[in-house]
Amino acid sequence: MSQEASAQAPVIELAGATKRFRSARGGVHTAVRDLNLTVGPGEFVAVVGPTGCGKSTTLSLVSGLEPPSEGRALVHGRPVDGIPAGVGYMFQNDAVLPWRSVLDNVATGPRYRGASKADARAKARDWVERVGLGGFEGYYPHQLSGGMRKRVALAQTLVNEPSVLLMDEPFSALDVQTRGLMQDELLRLWSGSGAAVVFVTHDLEEALVLADRVVVMTAGPATIKSTFTVPLERPRDAEEVRLTPEFLAIYREVWESLREEVQITRERGAGRAA
Amino acid sequence: MQREADTAAPKTTGPTGEPAKTRAKGADDEAAIARLRTAGLRRALGINGVRAVLVVAWLGAWELSARHWIDPFYYSMPSKIWERLVGWFTDGTSQGSIWEQISYTLQEAVAGFALGAVGGVVLGIVLGRSRFLSEVCAPFIKAANAIPRIILASLFVIWFGLGMQSKIATAFVLVFFAVFFNAFQGAREVDRNLVNNARILGAGRVQVLRTIVVPSATSWILASLHSAFGFAIIGAVVGEYSGADKGLGLLINHSQGTFDSAGIYAGMIIITVLALLAEWLLTLLEGRLLRWRPPVAGHDAAI
Repeated sequence: MSQEASAQAPVIELAGATKRFRSARGGVHTAVRDLNLTVGPGEFVAVVGPTGCGKSTTLSLVSGLEPPSEGRALVHGRPVDGIPAGVGYMFQNDAVLPWRSVLDNVATGPRYRGASKADARAKARDWVERVGLGGFEGYYPHQLSGGMRKRVALAQTLVNEPSVLLMDEPFSALDVQTRGLMQDELLRLWSGSGAAVVFVTHDLEEALVLADRVVVMTAGPATIKSTFTVPLERPRDAEEVRLTPEFLAIYREVWESLREEVQITRERGAGRAA
Repeated sequence: MQREADTAAPKTTGPTGEPAKTRAKGADDEAAIARLRTAGLRRALGINGVRAVLVVAWLGAWELSARHWIDPFYYSMPSKIWERLVGWFTDGTSQGSIWEQISYTLQEAVAGFALGAVGGVVLGIVLGRSRFLSEVCAPFIKAANAIPRIILASLFVIWFGLGMQSKIATAFVLVFFAVFFNAFQGAREVDRNLVNNARILGAGRVQVLRTIVVPSATSWILASLHSAFGFAIIGAVVGEYSGADKGLGLLINHSQGTFDSAGIYAGMIIITVLALLAEWLLTLLEGRLLRWRPPVAGHDAAI
């Protein structure tokens, strides 16, 4: 599936993309360097790498929140300048509006895009239902559990029907059971949507459960080390699939590549601590 | 709000399959709630009782010492102050009806408060969101804030005369800075995540300002409004003090001129009551605007 997908015109294309920041001490910090990545329509790509290596920066380049310092970032074949049309982004931390009810939170996107209040709410009601929050339309975020807030964030992003979905460790703050549940939800909602997904995580298991392709990044400054195709059938059950021998085989293979980078990051951390 | 959350909890098992936070309420729970309620009532009664005792002891000691040891001409005494208050409300004051004075001062304070709050909020949010403007304006604002603003009241009397305008101007200046700094801080400390999320969801600059920045800054702004109304009354009274033809400040000034210490106290009490009423109204408004906030931590009482 992924081969077919990437044969078509890519939805996301990073070519030699590099991002540098000015560091707090006045030096220059390179977050990512020379990234080359293409994602086809409907393809689910997971990006894994050691903690703090610059995975999130990759998403900022695609989303237009940060322009690349060098190289190119293209979405739908057009250079990213401002926020490209059709991009949805789910952040690591809660970004739901605490002063809006669940329904109004989900209706936010359509309202920004000029829908009337009634239309936006009707659309939002449908999505609140789809993410399993029917009956909670009137609640404020602080009245919900962490998993339910993630569902609100998911509905808020998906209600805009993005063709490019960027996810930055969206489930990392959840407990293991809730995370498994949310992974299943995500697969269910994504299947048939035709959206290209870039899912950043430090959890290799999560990456393999979800993705068609897993990209391993090096320790910072990050660049792409290797890419693996995940040979698992869809539809997948997030809980079941991790017990299959195919899963364990691909896990071993990718971990071999990821382990070195994790090791490097750990040694650096130890050096800094000493 | 608390009650809403309670009824919400049992439902959480249903559609989402996530663990519910509370078990169904049984008879045990109801008994416990009843116990808690009586304990709460008793506590409130105790607090108010002690308060009443404190007030009575304080007023009694004052009254007693004024009758026996200190000179009531300088220090006055509760019974004289009460007499003066009753006199003002039944026979009127040296300046005319007391209601007229109150309404005059209140109008000045409210007008100065409204103008100052609007000005402070608008300028605070604009500067809070624009780095360039805030850096340009920073030294001027610091300097303006360092001016002892009460003195401006004298200047305003020269500029605007003895009427209401000069007092409104004084109240405005005091309120403006109190609100401005909070609105500025509130607009600055908006969560970047929320702004980025709104931009991705399709918000333009104006929409980010209206739907993210203003609501985020609201709790900061409301906090400042509490003290700001006090400032507005101070501004109005001090303005009247430095020259006026009506108002509570004038009344106090007049009492001072005639060595009427009971009159000064009586004026003080009226102003305090006004300020407390305004504070109560603002608390109502705050509760209404900040309904979305979680209840204060430590709300769960042990049984």
